[in-house]
Amino acid sequence: MIIGLDVGGTHTDVVLLGASGLVRELKVPTDQSNLFETVLTGLKRITENIPPESITRAVFSTTLTTNAVVQKKFPPVGIIVTAGPGIDPALFSIGDHYYTASGSVDHRGRELEPVNPVEIQKIAQELASQGVRYVGVISKFSVRNPAHELAIEAELKGKFEKVFLSHEISGHLNFPRRIATTYLNAAVYPIHKEFFSAVQQSLENRGFQFPIRILKPDGGTMNFAASIDYPGQTMLSGPAASVMGAISHADPNSESLVLDIGGTTTDMAILVNGVPLLDPTGIELAGFKTLIRAMHTRSIGLGGDSLVSITDGKLMIGPDRQGQAMAFGGSHPTPTDALAVLGKLPKGDREAAIRGIEPIAKALGLTVEAAAHRIFDEASKIILSAANEMIDQINSKPVYTVHELLEGYQVKPKEILVLGGPALFFADQLKTHTSMKVRVVPNWQVANAIGAAMARTTCEVTLFADTQLGRANAPEESFSEAIDKRFDDKKAVEMAFSLLKEKAIQMGAIEKNIEMELIENQQFNMVRGFFTTGKNIRIKVQVKPGLIKGNDLYSDR
Amino acid sequence: MLSTKTKIGLVFFPAFDWAIDPTHPEREERLLYTQDQVFEEGLFDIDGIEEFKPGLVTVHDIQRVHFCVPSVEAVTTESHLISAGGAKTIGQAVLDKKIERGFALVRPPGHHAMRVVHGARGFCNINIEAVMIEYLRQAYGVRKVAIVDTDCHHGDGTQDIYWHDPDTLFISIHQDGRTLYPGSGFAQEMGGPTAIGTTVNIPLPPKTGEAGIIQAVEEIVLPILDDFKPDLIVNSAGQDNHYTDPITNMNFTAQGYAKITSLLKPDIAVLEGGYSIEGALPYVNVGIVLAMAGLDYSKVVEPDNTPDKTYQPAEVTNWINSIKETTLNNWQNRENLRRQALKDNEFATRSRSIYYDTDNIGERQHETIKVCPDCAGTIKIASSSDLGKHILAVHIPLHACDVCKETGYSWFESADAGNYDQAMLQDRTEDQFLSKTL
Repeated sequence: MIIGLDVGGTHTDVVLLGASGLVRELKVPTDQSNLFETVLTGLKRITENIPPESITRAVFSTTLTTNAVVQKKFPPVGIIVTAGPGIDPALFSIGDHYYTASGSVDHRGRELEPVNPVEIQKIAQELASQGVRYVGVISKFSVRNPAHELAIEAELKGKFEKVFLSHEISGHLNFPRRIATTYLNAAVYPIHKEFFSAVQQSLENRGFQFPIRILKPDGGTMNFAASIDYPGQTMLSGPAASVMGAISHADPNSESLVLDIGGTTTDMAILVNGVPLLDPTGIELAGFKTLIRAMHTRSIGLGGDSLVSITDGKLMIGPDRQGQAMAFGGSHPTPTDALAVLGKLPKGDREAAIRGIEPIAKALGLTVEAAAHRIFDEASKIILSAANEMIDQINSKPVYTVHELLEGYQVKPKEILVLGGPALFFADQLKTHTSMKVRVVPNWQVANAIGAAMARTTCEVTLFADTQLGRANAPEESFSEAIDKRFDDKKAVEMAFSLLKEKAIQMGAIEKNIEMELIENQQFNMVRGFFTTGKNIRIKVQVKPGLIKGNDLYSDR
Repeated sequence: MLSTKTKIGLVFFPAFDWAIDPTHPEREERLLYTQDQVFEEGLFDIDGIEEFKPGLVTVHDIQRVHFCVPSVEAVTTESHLISAGGAKTIGQAVLDKKIERGFALVRPPGHHAMRVVHGARGFCNINIEAVMIEYLRQAYGVRKVAIVDTDCHHGDGTQDIYWHDPDTLFISIHQDGRTLYPGSGFAQEMGGPTAIGTTVNIPLPPKTGEAGIIQAVEEIVLPILDDFKPDLIVNSAGQDNHYTDPITNMNFTAQGYAKITSLLKPDIAVLEGGYSIEGALPYVNVGIVLAMAGLDYSKVVEPDNTPDKTYQPAEVTNWINSIKETTLNNWQNRENLRRQALKDNEFATRSRSIYYDTDNIGERQHETIKVCPDCAGTIKIASSSDLGKHILAVHIPLHACDVCKETGYSWFESADAGNYDQAMLQDRTEDQFLSKTL
């Protein structure tokens, strides 16, 4: 059996899945100041009276690193960058220990200026003397040639607890984002490592030996060992858990809009033939723009507990939240109170809810019931209009070939899948405003935890080949191989797939489950003078997010 | 987090699946390394830089500017519609005030495409700046426009289209026509009789360096722009003055391009030529974008930039000083020259042979303009090409007087099958295009 655990803002959802489906589900309140206790409580309760050997693994989606980033609770992190022609790297300064050093590589990975070991030694000494234990190294165009990052790492060897190299963290071109991503990985590394080591220890103390996996924001998982090298990929996995929970109920032959309506926010994402649409660059969190692969999601400040108010005579819902609904002891009216007024809530204090909605009704010149209906209706409209904006934004993404521009794929969802606390109530209301089919995801209250449990391992490989320079490189995989003039995109794709398979298995994938796909294949003839001097090939392949098959519940290690 | 002083927009359309032919300078690979540099710099993440998806121009947008023979479809590919569409998208964003300035980093280029189009010349089929400008005039009522062409080749197509338009100031800075394609762009080329002076050519000798081009902009272009007071400044931002360009002979740099961008402050820049795809374009484009946005560009320096490569000989400096004198004199004298031209004739004519080097087509043109004291004057062009097409093209300018408008229609209606296969009419006053097979 598999445990799925998703830490949310208010509740932590935990499920136990067996071959025949959901065995046990529960919710424990989330204590953001002590997530460790929250997780342990959830684990303890879900495993009560379950024989330890019958559990094969646990998948976690937590807010641990997300919170650390939002609150900027970071240890000292040293950053060393080398740049060359372009924007002054001093402008990308991040953290309190940022150093720019000499060394430069061009767009094809050719060295323009070497690294100066003496300079690096001096920086290392300064960092060490300031008590820095975690360091990130980023050189411009390191994804084309990581030699400078490796040279700097060699100089830092033995002086720091952990050194992160940007080319191992992302294969994408975007120097400022690689700087931010490397910084965040280094910054959350200690808290992440400590947390999950403690979870693992505590499980072992209770006789559980199953492996731990962690959900990533792209909807895939990685094993604990891999997460130590990519702790940044544990951020913002919450929306991904919900989307993965909706996948098994999505139409596999069309597009779906997933709405996770929670207490504070509504998160939305798109499925194309049951596969989540990914963001072309990476997550943005607390002002950091990163290359952390993630689903394309949008989050708006509107949920069951959002503040309902009247501003300039106009009904406003969210984006703020002032505690719980009045029906549950809060002090401000919320959409949940509107539900209570309409008699749609099985629990809660309806009288308190009415007291909350009354002033709103007065201001709007409506009865309390009519006002409650208006609130509910307005909330549905806001959600749908935000979803439409997101879809427009996806469809207006620039493309770079004539073919894509003319034949370009346009997202047009035909159904809405709703989950989260108030899902059941919202579904009917949404129907009145859209031509899309609206369905509630079964087990809508814990579908997110089920999604985490069922998610398979994902990863991506970027390969870059230059036949004039005679090399194929996949710096993320520490791969570099000599190639001859006859090397072409077909061989490059084969090479990339084989690297991808190896990487997926290392991150915890089951071989027969690895569904690989080609996401970018570009081959350019390089012409100098009037002669073709070589081919410039760029390949990206991925294991796309998806669910494990039912029988894998037992076959995994 | 980096943020710009000026909110700018970019259309980046490298057309990675389009080439004139596989080894042609205008091929798939041209903006590949520029894309690498632009992506690695994270330009699109900078707060205040917005990337737009290019729209497509319509056939009608093109017909506002060109007489395509026999049709727009016959002389363009989708790639041209997108390239011009990218410029149009930027123009719209500027006039809608979504951005303060914008740069259409698109290919294929357009500044060698003239009013009549039988095929491709100088890698260009349609004039993407002119198609954008005429759209903006139609949709937003923009009147006075200045185009500053900083491509190393004379912008002879743009010059041709605006030769008779006193509302469009066309200034081209380029390598002297005696030493480079297309062989035109001399200081005495100043525009037709109703628009003398609003065409300004600044031919510079080979080996002109950073100092020379900056001098031309500061001391010739800026004073003329100040005088003309355009509503809109468009920069045809060719990048082939660069010292590494394989088909030209100048000594310009990325720093220089960034500097002239910050001097010109164009509302809209449109990429034209530039074929040093590894050594120049990645750096020049980043430099231009940073300069437009008001960001520091001091570190955008080519890796192989050494003083000997950008050296400007003393005789070049002397030459530029004399060009400055000639062009500024011409500019100051323009009203006299125009008065002279207006009283001389009712009609003025010119006959020309035009060679389409890219498509290897020869064209012969005979052009007649009604020299009108009240408007820019209606134009008719009799044009025939090696391909055997013989057409009559009539252009009624946007602010034409009633007499000129009537003249235009009567020319169009009286075109006879004995002389022409096809007659076309561009009535800019009604935003109308008519074509008839004879």
